[in-house]
Amino acid sequence: MTWENSDTTDPHHLRRITVIWLVLSIVLDLLYWFLVGPHVPPGRMTSTAKADQFDFNVLFVIALPVLVGIWEYMAYSIFAWGSKRKGVPEPVGGPTAAGNKKTEVTWIVITSVVVLLLAAFGTFSVVTGHGSGGGEGPNPLWSPAGSVKAETAALAGTGSWAPNTGAVLPVQVIGQQWKWTYRYPTFGGFESSQLVVPNNTEIEFNVTSLDVIHSFWAYQLEVKADANPQQNNVAFTKTEQLGPFVVRCSELCGIWHGAMFNYGKVVSQSAFMTWANQTETANAANTSNLPPFAWTYVPDANGASGGYYPDGKLTPYSTVETYGSKQPGS
Amino acid sequence: MTLSAERPNEVEVYSHVPPASTGATRKKGRGWLSQHVGTAIVAGFLGYIFGHWLGNMISSGYTVEVNTGQNSIADLLALVFMVLGWLIGIGALNYPLAKLVGREPSSSTSSSAPTLEDDVGGEAKVDGELEGWSRYFRYNLDHKVVGLQYVVAVLMFLFTGGLLAMAIRTELLNPTTHVFSADTYIKIVSEHGTIMMMMASSVVVGPLGNYFVPLMIGARRMAFPRIEAFSLWVFVAGYMVIFSALPFGGFPTGWTGYAPLQTQAGPGMVSYLFGFFVIGLGMMAAGFNLLVTIINYRAPGMTWSRVPVFVWSILATAALLTLATPVLAAGGLFGLLDKTVQTAFYVTEHGGSSFLWQNLFWFFGHPEVYIMALPGFGIVGEIIPVFCRKPLFAYRIAAAGMIGVALLSFFVWQHHLFQSGIDPDMRPLFMLTTELISIPTGFIFLVGMGTLYRAKIRFEVPMLFCMAVYFNFLIGGVSGVFLSDVPVNVTVHGGFFVLSHFHYTIMGGLIFAFMAGLYFWLPKMTGREMNKKLGLWHFWTMFVFFNLTFFPMFFIGLLGQPRRVFTYAKNLQALNDFSSVSAFLLGLSFVIFVVNLMWSQFIKPKKAAANPWDSLGLEWQTATPIPPHNFDRIPVIMTDPYHYSEEGAPALAYFGEDDHVPVRSGSSTSGDGPA
Repeated sequence: MTWENSDTTDPHHLRRITVIWLVLSIVLDLLYWFLVGPHVPPGRMTSTAKADQFDFNVLFVIALPVLVGIWEYMAYSIFAWGSKRKGVPEPVGGPTAAGNKKTEVTWIVITSVVVLLLAAFGTFSVVTGHGSGGGEGPNPLWSPAGSVKAETAALAGTGSWAPNTGAVLPVQVIGQQWKWTYRYPTFGGFESSQLVVPNNTEIEFNVTSLDVIHSFWAYQLEVKADANPQQNNVAFTKTEQLGPFVVRCSELCGIWHGAMFNYGKVVSQSAFMTWANQTETANAANTSNLPPFAWTYVPDANGASGGYYPDGKLTPYSTVETYGSKQPGS
Repeated sequence: MTLSAERPNEVEVYSHVPPASTGATRKKGRGWLSQHVGTAIVAGFLGYIFGHWLGNMISSGYTVEVNTGQNSIADLLALVFMVLGWLIGIGALNYPLAKLVGREPSSSTSSSAPTLEDDVGGEAKVDGELEGWSRYFRYNLDHKVVGLQYVVAVLMFLFTGGLLAMAIRTELLNPTTHVFSADTYIKIVSEHGTIMMMMASSVVVGPLGNYFVPLMIGARRMAFPRIEAFSLWVFVAGYMVIFSALPFGGFPTGWTGYAPLQTQAGPGMVSYLFGFFVIGLGMMAAGFNLLVTIINYRAPGMTWSRVPVFVWSILATAALLTLATPVLAAGGLFGLLDKTVQTAFYVTEHGGSSFLWQNLFWFFGHPEVYIMALPGFGIVGEIIPVFCRKPLFAYRIAAAGMIGVALLSFFVWQHHLFQSGIDPDMRPLFMLTTELISIPTGFIFLVGMGTLYRAKIRFEVPMLFCMAVYFNFLIGGVSGVFLSDVPVNVTVHGGFFVLSHFHYTIMGGLIFAFMAGLYFWLPKMTGREMNKKLGLWHFWTMFVFFNLTFFPMFFIGLLGQPRRVFTYAKNLQALNDFSSVSAFLLGLSFVIFVVNLMWSQFIKPKKAAANPWDSLGLEWQTATPIPPHNFDRIPVIMTDPYHYSEEGAPALAYFGEDDHVPVRSGSSTSGDGPA
């Protein structure tokens, strides 16, 4: 290797750097994997949270040696080759210093292999993780078994969910400036400002918006899906632990974007059943004022561009009932 | 075949020494009644009033902005005529209008071959000044004047954006006690983001690109001097347009301007949309001009394998500016039509699509990100060999990396939309392309590390900034790989993790590189040294407090704080406060920079050595101050400019028969540089 000077008085820099790098990388990777990894957000509350945490940790274990390697190299060069340091040899220019094919090819091959592996790994995770908790649009490609059936039944108004059946629970998330509400199509389509979901259940979030773009971010559930007006954005996760979680809006939606959050909880399947049945009854009057359950709704006059038609309950181009038009005056 | 035979015309045209740079051919200032910044401001103001009146006259009662009752057509026309007035007032349209009616001023009565005096100097006499302070306040066609004007303009952007950042961090000191109302806060955030993005798109290309590309490729001027000046003055006009949003009530959309929030927003949105359009005009003009200059104005012998790596980076950036910006401009126009004449490009319930804006915006927006990164790579590649006294390692890889990044950057935009509800099978594809881009970006690290290997590194201020670029950009780049991974993206999208990531790449990469470039090249640009002690203070405070400000934001983001919120979880207060206090100290480090700039350049200027860093670059081989025509003779380039520490290295260029000895040290110099 011509790049490496054969001058015997000069220490073998590359070998030294490599040894330090190997030791540091292995130690730090192990420390990370066992001490930090299990605590990385968003925790392990759902299948997607678990899987995405694992993904994060895998990436970190790969990234750490890269960071360590380059920082160590920089630090080494500062200490070993600073001009103020005594005995630093004069640099040698010329073609050997201007490039080294072996080094270049090695670098390109290694970075390419790492990058392609990462892409393959990420693709595998997103496919097997049913979209990893991210919004998949109206026609999700990767969905858990039974979700299509649940969707179809929910839209037809024939859906049902009961504990211990292993059925998928569809929940609709409606974003509007500046609050989240949730509709449960398998329970008569009632609307609640509380997101309650059963444990050990595949949940199918159907996210939509009545005005501008919001983003439904159930932090501990590891679900994030943009709420677009006139679009149903579907995301999946499977709950695995009981407990409360936070829902925030993660897409800027106007002045109160920062205040657009509420809380939800994962409860046992029987507790959920009780809550759902009770709320369905309690909210029956309100439900009758809502439009029939659908994946998307026409925004009311307060919608993003509804201001163009401040008087109408229907827009001039639509004969469809707008969301909230039958609500008593607010 | 001799090298000069490659371009006979050019060599012949410039084969004589232009007339001495003093004497009767050069007019002194033309007095304050002629066109300058002052008249431009007055004309812009008058244009604004006229446009507003016109809008109200032609569309009275036709359009009202939601919630404000203002006429958005009047708002838009006011801004259009303000920019037009500004351009007329500065004199940008004198020549085009004169040419239109066949009365363009003839500049040369000399019978000799055309010289630069005729090319640019003659125009400069018409459109501006060649010498004296007043030329910096006028429409001047000299790329060196425009470069310095650009320095002032981008610093103006940078400092205003920085002050807004201080305001943001002040609000985030406490989750529940508010300094600003939610409304004011979101305006500040939006204004900060937009101003900074506009600044960053031109921060290197404008000042250093315009100034040094002709000097580095051995040209006497830019290909289109008028377009070069136009891009500057349009850029400044964009500053005024985007700031006009504040008196209009601001805009609540952040720099991304997503529809339908955009459609819903008040008249400040018109300023945002038109502001990006105006800035876009400047970006396209600057990019197109640099592209043509680099391709066509290289000196004889300046082959593609000898072009300095900074020029490569500007070439890649200029291509992106030229190709990506029109998409933003068109997207902005659609938005303006939506807001003024009630089309429905982005209005879902009337048949438009909010995804259209997202895709148009990010189709521009992601190349834009590399518009902000590439020039930084170029500066670093240019500076590191000088302070290592070694040739740039793997020059071809460096150039290939920049071109590779530029090409790939057009195929990654949907990674901003992973959870937005796009077609789901787009996600693995865009994950792949996004991760692929880290291969050419990695080249830049290979180049830097190879150059450092067994070097003799002088830690002058520019070199320190370059090392910091590698440190910061590594964090920015690696966190970018996390963001590109769809599963991890679900955790970090739209949160402070992203915010930290792109501040690490844009501020940690580009702004640090810009500072490196300023410290490195200001002695050449102004002939005055920067104070080293203050420079070191500036560097260390900026480096330390930059990292202390933005590193905690990775944790803040992972712990669940979304971007652009004025209130947050109580348990994140300690981290946010740490970040805020560091941000204030980071702001102070910019005060040190301003003090250094004022002190070294104006208060106690110290004459800089002709080549203070002992660089081999062509730009250092000219006289200081650089004559208006840059080179007495167009040099014939013999080799690339990185032959440091090489016994018997060929001379960089042949400057003609006169005794012009290139300012360079012997090949075996220890090169500790000036104290």
